[in-house]
Amino acid sequence: MKDNPSRPFYLVPYYLWIALFVIAPITLIFYFSFLDLTGAFTLENYQNFFSSVYLRMTLSSFWYAFLITLITILIAYPTAYWLTKTKHKQLWLLLIIIPSWINLLLKAYAFIGIFGLYGPANKLLQTLGAGPWQILFTDFSFIFVSVYIFIPFMVLPIFNSLDKINPALIDASRDLGASSFTTFRRVIFPLAINGVKSGVQAVFIPALSLFVITRLIAGNKVITLGTAIEQQFLVTQNWGMGSTIAMFLILFMIIIMMLTGQKEKGGSYNGKTK
Amino acid sequence: MKEIVRAAIAILLVSAILLYAVNALEKSSATTDGGTISVYNWGEYIDPELIDQFEAETNISVIYETFDSNESMMTKIEQGGTTYDVAMPSEYAIEKMKENDLLHPIDHELIPNLENIDPYFLDLPFDPGNEYSIPYFWGTVGIAFNPTLLEGQTFESWDDLWNPTLEQEVILVDSAREVIGMGLNSLGYSLNSTDLGELREATDKLKTMGPNVKAIIGDEIVEMMRREEAAVAVTWSGQAADMMWINEDIDYVVPKEGSNLWFDNMIIPKTAGNVEGAHAFINFMLDPEVAAQNADYVGYSTPNEQAVALMDPEVTGDERFYPPEELRERLEVYENLGLEMLGTYNELFLEFKMDMEN
Repeated sequence: MKDNPSRPFYLVPYYLWIALFVIAPITLIFYFSFLDLTGAFTLENYQNFFSSVYLRMTLSSFWYAFLITLITILIAYPTAYWLTKTKHKQLWLLLIIIPSWINLLLKAYAFIGIFGLYGPANKLLQTLGAGPWQILFTDFSFIFVSVYIFIPFMVLPIFNSLDKINPALIDASRDLGASSFTTFRRVIFPLAINGVKSGVQAVFIPALSLFVITRLIAGNKVITLGTAIEQQFLVTQNWGMGSTIAMFLILFMIIIMMLTGQKEKGGSYNGKTK
Repeated sequence: MKEIVRAAIAILLVSAILLYAVNALEKSSATTDGGTISVYNWGEYIDPELIDQFEAETNISVIYETFDSNESMMTKIEQGGTTYDVAMPSEYAIEKMKENDLLHPIDHELIPNLENIDPYFLDLPFDPGNEYSIPYFWGTVGIAFNPTLLEGQTFESWDDLWNPTLEQEVILVDSAREVIGMGLNSLGYSLNSTDLGELREATDKLKTMGPNVKAIIGDEIVEMMRREEAAVAVTWSGQAADMMWINEDIDYVVPKEGSNLWFDNMIIPKTAGNVEGAHAFINFMLDPEVAAQNADYVGYSTPNEQAVALMDPEVTGDERFYPPEELRERLEVYENLGLEMLGTYNELFLEFKMDMEN
């Protein structure tokens, strides 16, 4: 590869792409974040962000994103583990991935029906002797639907890293007298940790900026950074403040990427060091 | 690699077929020779049959598109690249568009049907002399409620929404001016208030309503009320009419402290490509029979006097949707408060939403 003279040429589209669709938009957002309503330079937006409303919103965004990510891991990890043990791995994996191809709005509207007062969820509760409960427009429904939406994005990387583990290592651990729990803790878990990290990146960051679900499923009683950005751009038409919130969102993403980042190159999906 | 190439070819093929189909469809609809106009309207805000009728009568073909908020409509027109010939914004949006020089003046000579409009709806402060806009529909903001779900409870005042029996029953429309305006009205202040003290007081009062609020949503309100998922909603009169059309138990009231009176109007954007066709369309919509048919379909109140005369008196005599002039006295029209004030309203609205989380 190193000696290939045409290499710089192949990189042109890549650099162009990065410049046009990554660097240029971020620069624009950065620039807009210093403009006030009249288009004059100001630092007020940043000052505004540290007011109590936006700080509380940021904290609650983080809290919900944290809960969503945690529950997703708790569900996705055993699922991925079990998948590696099944006969028709690829078929099961496909079945888990297919729902993620369906449009988010469509899924949200489906849940409005399912969680409604007269929907199937409440019918089931009633036959069990409970309810009807107000399920829609609660914290519970918001977290439930978000977790449902994000599960495939967590299962996939964890499955990939678990699947790549050489079974000989597990056998060796057993032969040397380790219990199942110790094998998991000392062998499987460390080897698959990179899959979990990738999964966290794929779930936590989008969860910070969810905004369709906050309205349709949580009835706007949960406010995320995404909702605030949408409001600033479309309703208030204060692009400066919207950009400022977006800047902080980008900043949080960078921090999370750094915290969950992997040192070894190319190991992000298979969890194996080269 | 082979598979990627195959997939790419498949995508290109499908795209080509679709492109061809779109072109073919556009050609077949553009066989008329009177030119084309594009109309940009709110969703569910016209009887589609009328578009066909207009095309048949004038040989002008119509491209019809919809928007869901004044703000997104303005943003789209402002950014250019579009040639909408007629749009239907609300009054405060018209004021703003006038300020930004986005409107084409309307030639009243080309709109003889203007005489059908009730003079009450002409020459309003947001557009003196109707230089840029022609009334389309009007309505109010109020409370839609379902007495069968509330043991017969009724509503007269905004304060009734604070009643502790309504825990988790009230849906609010997701719009800062409506909700903050309701808080202001309930305290007896103007819903155009720019007094920060009054706004603060209104927001604090709204926060105490938190336990009663079920959700703050948009067009989904209609479905929620129809299916009796919710018992009370603060919403626009036309949405209430939509709900009542399906679920006859629902009632609508404009609270006695006052509320918002709004007007949607037809305008011609500066970027219009077919100004003459746009005038023809506006004139057509003001025809008494057309306006009556449209009002029957849409459910909002028409400002067209001659059309009202043609409509079912049971509908037009309903004071909930056609409040007589003396009742309109206590209603207020939104004024354009400027971007900065709108920002303040939104920030307070956000604060109110944040407060409900726990």
